[in-house]
Amino acid sequence: MNDIIKVTNVSKAYGGVKANVDISFKVKKGSITGLIGPNGCGKTTLFNSIVGYHPIDEGSIEFDGNEISHLRVGDIARLGMLRTFQQTKIYTKMNCVDNMQISVSHRRNSKNGIFASRKGEIRERAEDLLEFVGLYSKRNLISGDLSFGQQKLLEFAMALMNEPKVLLLDEPTAGINPTLINGLIDRLGRANEELGITLCVIEHNMRVIMNLASHIYCLSNGKMLAEGKPSELQNDQRVIDAYLGGH
Amino acid sequence: MMRRSTFITYAGLGLFGILGPILFPAYTLSIAYLWMMVLMASTWDILGGQMGYNSLGNITFFGVGMYVSAIIQIAIFYEPGVREYTSAMGAIKPEFTDQQYYWGIFLGIFGGAIAALALSLIFSTFMFGLRGPYFAIGSLGLAIAAAEITVTINYVGGASGISMPMFPGDIEFRSVFFYILCFILAVLAHLVIRGMLSTQFGLAINAIRDDEDKAEAMGLPTLIYKQIGWGVTAVFMGAIGAVAGNMAGFIDKEVAYPVPTFGIFMVAMVLLGGKGTLWGPVLGAIIFHIVKETTWTYLLGWQWVTLGLILIINIVYFQQGIMGWLQSKYPEMFGIVVDQSNINQEKKES
Repeated sequence: MNDIIKVTNVSKAYGGVKANVDISFKVKKGSITGLIGPNGCGKTTLFNSIVGYHPIDEGSIEFDGNEISHLRVGDIARLGMLRTFQQTKIYTKMNCVDNMQISVSHRRNSKNGIFASRKGEIRERAEDLLEFVGLYSKRNLISGDLSFGQQKLLEFAMALMNEPKVLLLDEPTAGINPTLINGLIDRLGRANEELGITLCVIEHNMRVIMNLASHIYCLSNGKMLAEGKPSELQNDQRVIDAYLGGH
Repeated sequence: MMRRSTFITYAGLGLFGILGPILFPAYTLSIAYLWMMVLMASTWDILGGQMGYNSLGNITFFGVGMYVSAIIQIAIFYEPGVREYTSAMGAIKPEFTDQQYYWGIFLGIFGGAIAALALSLIFSTFMFGLRGPYFAIGSLGLAIAAAEITVTINYVGGASGISMPMFPGDIEFRSVFFYILCFILAVLAHLVIRGMLSTQFGLAINAIRDDEDKAEAMGLPTLIYKQIGWGVTAVFMGAIGAVAGNMAGFIDKEVAYPVPTFGIFMVAMVLLGGKGTLWGPVLGAIIFHIVKETTWTYLLGWQWVTLGLILIINIVYFQQGIMGWLQSKYPEMFGIVVDQSNINQEKKES
């Protein structure tokens, strides 16, 4: 049971637009897997299919050995698979600590009750994780007042608060300045190593994804174009033609 | 500082609640209605303010609580039965003993609350698929439908309504008795809401308000939170409906489902005081009630115009309501941290 996500021959069309065609895709437990491809090639559609945003037309999606393609977003999240959004989604009228505290896990075995206290262990963990992403000093600010990059960091911290087994990140570095990007890469790596969270990352920043991921998939026009180690993909002529471009 | 001002607020309202009817006996029932409106506004705010689901149908629970209470009060102690009672159209005035009357009314309040709760759970199976304006209009439809259905049921008197059992004591004690019920229920509702909001529940419904899709994606079981929120609303609306029916003495469609008055007032009061805040609905209800009572007394004929004007000024210039406006003007008073320098700096950086 080495593959925590196993997507087999999945197709998804929006009306006449074939967003995903016969895609197979695997993520090893504990790994960092990358997903690249030109804009509109179906990366986010694949993410949406995996986390249950829409029903798929064909194929199968397994999470930790169980078929999940019939489940909906909330159920899949409660199994321990979360995603972040390309358009950052946080609770903008609440402060950072509150954003963190309500992001606790709601899995069946979790002890986070509906009327649980907001103080104590839960608050400490929220503050520790804000410290981890470097937002501790902003913890009492209304999250909607944070800059875009900080909101991305907060969204990442919220996902960690949930203690997921797998985290799907949709362009985590888009719109973030270079200094912050380095910090974010470092934290993604540490979340993977120290917290044991399997990561699957959509990313356009080649420097980021080539350093971060151990295995990369490249999509093009809704089809899986190539897969392999970062070095293999960088030298794959098909990937260069479709996406990376020649120099 | 906040803690002391909270204490003063509670002490002030508590003293007013207890001394009000003693100092101003002529206004006992009017102040009782004030507490009723505080309860309506506070419970409306759970969904409307804290959770972002604008319900225009909470008055349904009020009416159902009222009717269920009437049925219970009559059915338990009037031998020939409810049908006999209602078909006489008020001609039958059974002599309930004190004990029978009070038992009846307490069981009625309890039963009304339970019935409203059950109804809210049934509604929530299909209503929470709707969002935004669709939920608002859908819930309004529930209230109108409930009113129309009630009229068709002969068992509860149909269009001719029900004369409620006579209060056994004298008229002054009657006012005080209903006053106490309204006051206790309002205080109870406030404390329950305050307690709920201080737990993870409060954060969860705020999260649903800010971004329900995100909350779903984080695995928050949103439906159960919505059901609890509406359920608590229904319990208190059902209970106060039971009290209101007995206070009015006679109930029919108009008394039980006052959609254009209380149904709208409760929303207006929350908007005036500030939605999504603990004290906004209380403050809004108090101001609204005072304005309403004054204009009904001194500006008769213009009372609706005045109310409309206040609403328009409120909506156009103070959309956040009084508490919301205060919060944005003096955030530190409410424990909200605004770090202006840092924000500007960061925005320049990125």
